Amino acid sequence: MIISDDIEFDLLLEAIWRKYGYDFRNYARASLRRRMEAFLVKTSLASFSHLQYRMLRDPVFFERSLDEISVQTTEMFRDASFFAALRNEVLPILQTYPSLNIWHAGCSTGDEVYSLAIMLMEAGLYERSTIYATDINPVVLQTALEAVYPLVKIKEMTKAYQQAGGILPFSNYYTCKDDKARLNPEIKSNIVFSTHNLATDEAFIDAQLVICRNVLIYFDRDLQDRAVSLMTRSLSHRGFLCLGSKESTGFLKAKVHLDVFNKDAKIYRKL
Amino acid sequence: MAENDKDPKQRIIVIGASTGGFEALNLILVGLKDALSATLIVCQHIDKSARLNYSMIFRELSGFHLHEVEDKQRIMPGNIYFAPPGYHLYVESDGYFGLSLDALVNWSRPSIDVLFESAARAYDRNVVGLLLTGANSDGVQGIREIKRLGGVTIAQDPLTALAPTMPKMAIETGCVDHIAKIQDVAALLVRLINREQISCIGAL
Ligand SMILES: C[S@@+](CC[C@H](N)C(=O)[O-])C[C@H]1O[C@@H](n2cnc3c(N)ncnc32)[C@H](O)[C@@H]1O
Repeated sequence: MIISDDIEFDLLLEAIWRKYGYDFRNYARASLRRRMEAFLVKTSLASFSHLQYRMLRDPVFFERSLDEISVQTTEMFRDASFFAALRNEVLPILQTYPSLNIWHAGCSTGDEVYSLAIMLMEAGLYERSTIYATDINPVVLQTALEAVYPLVKIKEMTKAYQQAGGILPFSNYYTCKDDKARLNPEIKSNIVFSTHNLATDEAFIDAQLVICRNVLIYFDRDLQDRAVSLMTRSLSHRGFLCLGSKESTGFLKAKVHLDVFNKDAKIYRKL
Repeated sequence: MAENDKDPKQRIIVIGASTGGFEALNLILVGLKDALSATLIVCQHIDKSARLNYSMIFRELSGFHLHEVEDKQRIMPGNIYFAPPGYHLYVESDGYFGLSLDALVNWSRPSIDVLFESAARAYDRNVVGLLLTGANSDGVQGIREIKRLGGVTIAQDPLTALAPTMPKMAIETGCVDHIAKIQDVAALLVRLINREQISCIGAL
């Protein structure tokens, strides 16, 4: 049985692709649809067809919706065990390189990039590193650039930093003003933020480390394959690829170009 | 989408539980020892930083394969799947799981509503939805949706639940087909699974 909703949903994705070049057609369907439905309720539009009509005619509305229907959840040092593996197993190998290119794909509002930058500073590697932090959504990149957090969030960050093996006072990394905390500018100094779409754009650097966590879960298997082979192409010989803790290359064709470096931490290495 | 990928006769049992869920699940799963071809998908509310060893929690269940779901894992009979702490679990219509970090639903991630609603859409009348003990309303909307799309719905008898609110609210919707005491849930599931097999043979 084909439900009319399904047809309308397909047509909506097709319309977005043809009008704006954002390709959501191979996103994991159930979760994308749930977000789109929540957006329908919020905008009081009656159906996906109504949403399509509105999006096709109103680019400003479309830009705004893009931000609403994407998932921005991010945290500093999410998954302490991953960051511990990065610190103890990957960074020592990277120590031997004179300069480092790092690509952080799907960085959202930047929490994870800043976690990485702090870790590189502590390992004495930051000076020679350039981090390219990219996301499909320009709005989150703007927030990332500001690097200002409410004080309650700083508490969580401090805890996560310590759980991930951080030993310095976390207050070394920010200054407080009113009820806000601003990360110190030197943390941002070697980070370049820009938009990049894993569904449609191409490789743009040669990197020793690519981090892309909790982005692939929003893609179906075909699009995951595209993204993973794109990231693998961006790696230099024996470069590292890090995925989210529930993601893996196990179901993908692209896995033939990678071997498993740390299974639990989801760290892979280019063959 | 890939309709032929999905065996239309494969029935899935989706289970939602909150406070006191593991004890209730243990009782049910032990009773399912002779129905090892079932496919069970469990959303148990749990702290996002929990690291669980399922074969320790469900020690007596050697016959089933227990998994904490990985993204894009395929749904297969004879397995019990658990939503990973901190992620929503979705059933996709082509027979795979999906995960997401979308906003909390009913203050929960994983949310039972998210699992139930996606299961209902993907497997319509081939879904059995079971709502167990819990002190909130997550899963109630999902029970409605399973019923609306032709699936079978069960609530644990609130009198036998450590936290009665969740099954009670489900029953109040009028969308619950069976109310079962916790000690009778397994037998009911076995009956439903067998009935399905009989009707499959009939259809051949
Ligand atoms: C859940 S966040 C993950 C943030 C961070 N990596 C973490 O794990 O904490 C997912 C991010 O992926 C981005 N994203 C979604 N589709 C994308 C695409 N096609 N290309 C690049 N980024 C994408 C979203 O905008 C969002 O910021």
